[in-house]
Amino acid sequence: MADELTRMSAAGLAAAIAGGEVSALEVTDAHLARIGEVDESVHAFLHVAEDGARRAARAVDERRAAGEPLGPLAGVPLALKDLFTTTDMPTTCGSAILNGWRPPYDATITQRLREAGVVILGKTNMDEFAMGSSTENSAFGPSHNPWDLTRVPGGSSGGSSAAVAAFEAPLAVGTDTGGSIRQPAAVCGVVGVKPTYGGSSRYGVVAFASSLDTPGPLARTVLDAALLHETMSGHDPCDSTSVDAPVPPVVAAARQADVSGLTIGVVPELGGEGYQPGVLARFGEAVELLESLGAKVIEVSCPHFSYALPAYYLIAPSEASSNLARFDGMRYGLRVGDDGTRSAEEVMALTREQGFGAEVKRRIMLGTYALSSGYYDAYYGKAQQVRTLIIRDFEAAFEQVDVLVSPSTPTTAFPIGERVDDPLAMYVADLCTIPSDLAGNAALSVPCGLAAEDGLPVGLQIMAPVLADDRVYRVGAAVEAALDSRRGHPLLDDAKGLG
Amino acid sequence: MAGGRADALVPFDEALTRYEPLIGLETHVELGTVTKMFCGCPARFGGEPNSLVCPVCLGLPGSLPVANRAAIEYTIRIGLALNCTIADWCRFARKNYFYPDMPKNFQISQYDEPLCTNGWLDISVPDPGAGGGARQVRVGIERVHLEEDTGKSLHVGGATGRIHGADYSLVDYNRAGIPLVEIVTKPVEGTGALAPAVTHTYLSELRDLLRALAVSDVRMEEGSLRADVNVSLSPRGSGVWGTRSETKNVNSLRSAERAVRYEIERQAAVLDSGLPVALETRHFHEDSGVTTAGRSKEEAQDYRYFPEPDLVPVAPSREWVEQIRAALPELPSARRARLEAEWGLSDRDFAAIHNAGAVDLVARTVEAGASPADARKWWLNELVRRANESGTDLTDLPITPADVARVAALVASGELNDKLARQVIEGVLAGEGTPDEVVAARGLAIVSDEGALTAAVDEAIAAHPDVAQKVRDGKVAAAQALVGAVMKATRGQADAARVRELILARLGQA
Repeated sequence: MADELTRMSAAGLAAAIAGGEVSALEVTDAHLARIGEVDESVHAFLHVAEDGARRAARAVDERRAAGEPLGPLAGVPLALKDLFTTTDMPTTCGSAILNGWRPPYDATITQRLREAGVVILGKTNMDEFAMGSSTENSAFGPSHNPWDLTRVPGGSSGGSSAAVAAFEAPLAVGTDTGGSIRQPAAVCGVVGVKPTYGGSSRYGVVAFASSLDTPGPLARTVLDAALLHETMSGHDPCDSTSVDAPVPPVVAAARQADVSGLTIGVVPELGGEGYQPGVLARFGEAVELLESLGAKVIEVSCPHFSYALPAYYLIAPSEASSNLARFDGMRYGLRVGDDGTRSAEEVMALTREQGFGAEVKRRIMLGTYALSSGYYDAYYGKAQQVRTLIIRDFEAAFEQVDVLVSPSTPTTAFPIGERVDDPLAMYVADLCTIPSDLAGNAALSVPCGLAAEDGLPVGLQIMAPVLADDRVYRVGAAVEAALDSRRGHPLLDDAKGLG
Repeated sequence: MAGGRADALVPFDEALTRYEPLIGLETHVELGTVTKMFCGCPARFGGEPNSLVCPVCLGLPGSLPVANRAAIEYTIRIGLALNCTIADWCRFARKNYFYPDMPKNFQISQYDEPLCTNGWLDISVPDPGAGGGARQVRVGIERVHLEEDTGKSLHVGGATGRIHGADYSLVDYNRAGIPLVEIVTKPVEGTGALAPAVTHTYLSELRDLLRALAVSDVRMEEGSLRADVNVSLSPRGSGVWGTRSETKNVNSLRSAERAVRYEIERQAAVLDSGLPVALETRHFHEDSGVTTAGRSKEEAQDYRYFPEPDLVPVAPSREWVEQIRAALPELPSARRARLEAEWGLSDRDFAAIHNAGAVDLVARTVEAGASPADARKWWLNELVRRANESGTDLTDLPITPADVARVAALVASGELNDKLARQVIEGVLAGEGTPDEVVAARGLAIVSDEGALTAAVDEAIAAHPDVAQKVRDGKVAAAQALVGAVMKATRGQADAARVRELILARLGQA
C-alpha cells in the first residue's frame, strides 16, 4: 500500500484524499517512509520535517472530516528547495554561510503551499545559492541521480528533481535562473517548468540573480506540474517584479493535451555539434511525434542564442555579487573570527572566505569585475544589449510559431565529479535553457525517452511567449500522453538506480 | 584632529582678495512618510533600538523591496517646487559597499537616472555690504533623487567615536529604509565673501520650502536634514578651479556657514604654500569650528552602481505630475512677497520678521485680527526678547498668535496700555491662561470708571497742593507729577492721557 501511494500522481493522491480513500496522514507517512528508505542513497533532502509534515497532513484530514472544501492539492506531499524561507525549518541555500539559519518569515510561495494544504516534507539539496548544474556545489554534499547513483541529478534544483524521480515526493518546487529547474528535470526524467518571469513570486526566495530567478514546479506528470503551478503562482504585492495578471490556464491546457493546429518551431542554434547523439535522436523523434499529432513543424533561426551563455555569465554573476553581499556574519548565519581582536571588516572577510564555496566566490568575483567602473559598459552593459537581442529573437520567432522546441540539455546526466574542475563544461549544461531565462518567457522540460548509448533520460524543451505558459503545458502533455501510451508504462518505471 | 596639528589659516577677508570660492551643497532630507521607503515599517524617529524593523528593512535573505508611492510623490513635489524637470521614466540603482549599518551591503539609491533634474532655487542673501539690504542669488539644482537611509552605528570606546579604534559597535536599524531625498546643487560661483551666507540662506530657504511642502519635519538636530558642503577655491583671475573638499554631514545652518568659512581660510593657506588641495572628505567639529581630514577620495570606493533588478522602473504619468503640481502649496518665497505687499511694511521691517523666523507667527496673528504693524511690534519687540531670555525658539513660546492678536485688540480698544499688555503677555507665558483670563485674574484692566478716576485725581490734588497751585498758575508741565501720583494710586491701570485731561480740567487749564 505504502509503495503504491508513493507511485501515485499528485492529482491521484489529491482525489483519493478528497474521496476519503486514504488519509493525508497515511500519504505523508508513506512518503516519509520512502525518504527513510532511499534518501541515504539519493541525498535529495537537507532537512526532513517529519513532525511538521504530519501536523500539516492531520490538519487536512481534520478539514476534510469537518466537511470543509479542500484545494486541488490538499494533503499532497511536496519537497521544497532549500532556497525558500520557512519559519519552521532551516533555510541554508546549500551554503555553510547560512547553516542553521531559521528565517523569521515564510516565502510567499511557502505560505501559499501551506494555505493550499500541501504537505511540505522538507527542504531539498541544491547547488550553493543555486549556482551550478549538478548539486556538487552544495556545502552538504551532492545528491544522486535515481537513474544511476554515480551520476548527478542536475542542478541547481537537483535535490528537488531527485526527490520526485526517487518517489520521495510527487511534487517539488525549484527555482530556475539559467535552467535550474528544466535541466535537473530533464536528466532525472521528470517534468520541470520555468514559468514566465514574474509569474511566480520571488518574495522569500533567497536571491541569486534577481532579474532571472523564477520559482517553478517539478513533478512526474505534466498535469501535476500544472496543478502545482496554479497553486503557487499569481500576483504578489510583496514582489514588485511580480506580474499583475491572472495565472494562465495551465491546468486546462495540460488536460487539453492536443497540438493539432499548432505551429512548432525547431531552433537550429540549439542542437548539432557538441550535443550527445542519443539526445539528438530522441529530440528528432519527439519532433516527428509532434508532427504526427497534427502540429506543423518549421525551422526558426534565433541567431543571437549563441551569445546567450556568455551574456548570462555576466548578468547573473553581476547581480549575484550584489545580492550575496549581505552575507557578512553581522546579522545572521555564520560568523568567523569574532574574538574581540578583529575589526568588523576582518570578521566580514573571514566569514565570507570560510562560508562561501569556490563556485560562489568565482561568480562574486566575476560579477564584481563586470560591474566595476571602467568595465561596466564593456561587460554588464554589453550583456544587457545581448539580452535585448535575444528577446527580439524570441519575439520574431513567436510571430511565426506558437511554441519553440529544443533538447532541454546537450547531454544526459553526467558522472559525479566529471565536471567539477571544469567550470565551462559545467556551464554548458545550461546551453539550451538560458535563452528563456534571459528573455523571461515560459519553458517546460518533459521527458522524451532514453538515450540509446547510456539509457538515461532525455528532456524535450518547449518554449512559449511571455504569459503564454499554458501553451507549454498543452504541448508537453500531448507529448507525454503519446509517449506513455506507446511505451505502455511511465518512463520512471525504467529507472533502476535504486534497484 | 588629524595628526594633532592645527591647520594653517589665512584670514577670511584676506583669502578673498586672492581667491574666489566655489561652493556646492548636497542635502539629505528624511521624508516624513508614514512608512519606510521599501516596506511597511513606521518611518518614525525614536523607538527602542531595532523595534521598527522587518525582513525587508533588515535585508534578510529572500526579502524584496516595494517602492513607497508617497515617497515618490513627495520627491516629485520637491522637484517641482525647485523648478526641476521630472523624469518620465527612471530607475533605482544599487550602490554597493560594505558597512555594518547597511543591512544588504548595498543602498538602493538613484544613479544616472534621478527622478528630478535641472532646477533652481532663488534666495535672498543678507548682504552687509549693501547697507543692510539683500542680494538675490539663483542657486542651480543639479538633481533631486530618492534613496533609502542606512541604520545608525554607535561606536563605543576609542577616541574618535568612529568605527576605527572603537571597542565595539552597536547598530540600530530603525532608521534603515527611511526614505531619503538627496538634493544636489550645481556649483555656485561668484558669491565671494557672501559664500558662507549663501550657504546659510540656501539651507534655511530649502528648510522652509520642505516644511511648506509638508514632506519632512526637517529637524536638523535629529538628522532629518544633513548637508555635505563642497568648497573649492580659484586664484582670482586664473579661471581655474581648484580641487574641492567635501565636508560631510554638517547638521546645522550655522555649522554649514562656519564650515564654508573655515574651508576658505584653510584652502587659501594650502594654495598660498604652493601645495594642491587634497581631494578628500572632511568632518566639521561643532565645538572648535574646524574641519579635519576624513577619507581620501584617492582611495575612494567603486560603488559598482547598476540598475536595481528587484524594482520596476518609476514612470510617473504626466497627469499625475500635473496633479501634484496643481496641489503644490504657496511656496515660501511667493508667500513672503505677497505678505510683504499685503502688510505694507518696509523691506527692512519685513526682513527683520523673516530673519527672526516669525513670518508664520506674524501672518497668523494678522489672520487673527491684529494689524500687521501691531503683530510685528509684539512679536519682534516683546516676544523675541522673551524667547532670548528663556533660551527657547520663538515658535516654542507658550503663546499663540491668537493670544497676541487679542492683546493687540485690548490695547487698540483702550482697555490695556502697552505696559499692562506686557504684564498680560507675561501672565500668558507663565501659563495663567488666555489674555482675558490674565486680565481678569490679575485685575489689569485700565480704570476707565470716571467716578473712580475723579476721586483719585482729587486725592492727588489734595495731597500735592503746591504742585496743584503751579498748574493753576499756568505751569501745565507740572501736571505730570500729579499724573504720576494718580497712576501710582491706580497701580498703572488708568489711561494716563485721560488722567491728564481730568487733572487739567480740575485745575482750570483744560
